Amino acid sequence: MKLRALKSAFPHTTPVMTGYIFMGTAFGILLSSKGYGLWWAIFMSITIYAGSMQFVAIEILSSPFNLIAAVILTLTVNARHLFYGLSMLTKFRDMDKLRPYMIFSLTDETYSLLCSTPPPKDIDQKWFYFFIAILNHSYWVIGSAIGAASSSILKFNTKGIDFVMTALFIVIFIEQWESSKNHISSLVGVIVTLLCLILFGSQHFIIFSMLGIFIILTSLRKTMEGSAENDFNHN
Amino acid sequence: MILTTTEVFFTIITIALATFLTRLIPFILFPANKSIPGYIEYLGNVLPFAIIGMLIVYCLKSVSLINYPYGIPELIAITFIVFVHKWKHNLLLSIGGGTILYMVLVQIIFI
Repeated sequence: MKLRALKSAFPHTTPVMTGYIFMGTAFGILLSSKGYGLWWAIFMSITIYAGSMQFVAIEILSSPFNLIAAVILTLTVNARHLFYGLSMLTKFRDMDKLRPYMIFSLTDETYSLLCSTPPPKDIDQKWFYFFIAILNHSYWVIGSAIGAASSSILKFNTKGIDFVMTALFIVIFIEQWESSKNHISSLVGVIVTLLCLILFGSQHFIIFSMLGIFIILTSLRKTMEGSAENDFNHN
Repeated sequence: MILTTTEVFFTIITIALATFLTRLIPFILFPANKSIPGYIEYLGNVLPFAIIGMLIVYCLKSVSLINYPYGIPELIAITFIVFVHKWKHNLLLSIGGGTILYMVLVQIIFI
């Protein structure tokens, strides 16, 4: 049963595998350039497990010791995660013992796979989701280890490799667009965030975007629920 | 390393706990044994669409339209991904192809 869930989860994770191994490698290379070796890279990728935050963490680890600054910076960079749980409340409800790990491992990429990948009918949904999560986590750890271990050997030009994440989100965006007749929420996400980026700059715009999306979707509740009764349910 | 091993250890653990906290808060507010209010359920259903849109912009936040190369590599790669994905619906082709195209663009063509 578990093996079948693993087998059916794996193909869905291959885009994240590509992305995480390359991004993890970039992280490992950068971390070791600051004097932190292989075991620190693995330790960070297992315990923190948040892509953009770990790049910020390299900066924190290259600055004087300050735990309060570390907490504030982490909460700011990761505030968008607050939204993810809201759409996983129902999905994680029956996860029992796996639930804490599912919550811990809810990265941007795992979140987007969980949103966009309905488990096959004959597969145990709980284990299907769990394997998506843990496979992604393992790619990230393996990538960081590769980067940290080979930072002196690997010299190929990785410029632009981080675009793989953008590509993943665009593809998921298209799939969501095609799966739903109502495009209001998708459009709200793009337009509000763009406006906030222009208005508030790339340092602070995410918090404002989240607020804006939150307010607009709340005020549209009647319209959305009226016009698209069952449209969103398969997610 | 300018920090001691103990300082590094506690800094990493602190960042890890704060990260976990941002993921955990919704589940503390709406525990599994209580029913989810209709409004929150509504948000949970519509948010994934908006968030993926938000993440696309988030990924592109450092692209400058007023400085060279004016976001042209991003525009080309995104157009490629949209068309190829609409055409073939093949994840690896769209994502892998789009990324390789983008890398070629920023490494060789728009230097």
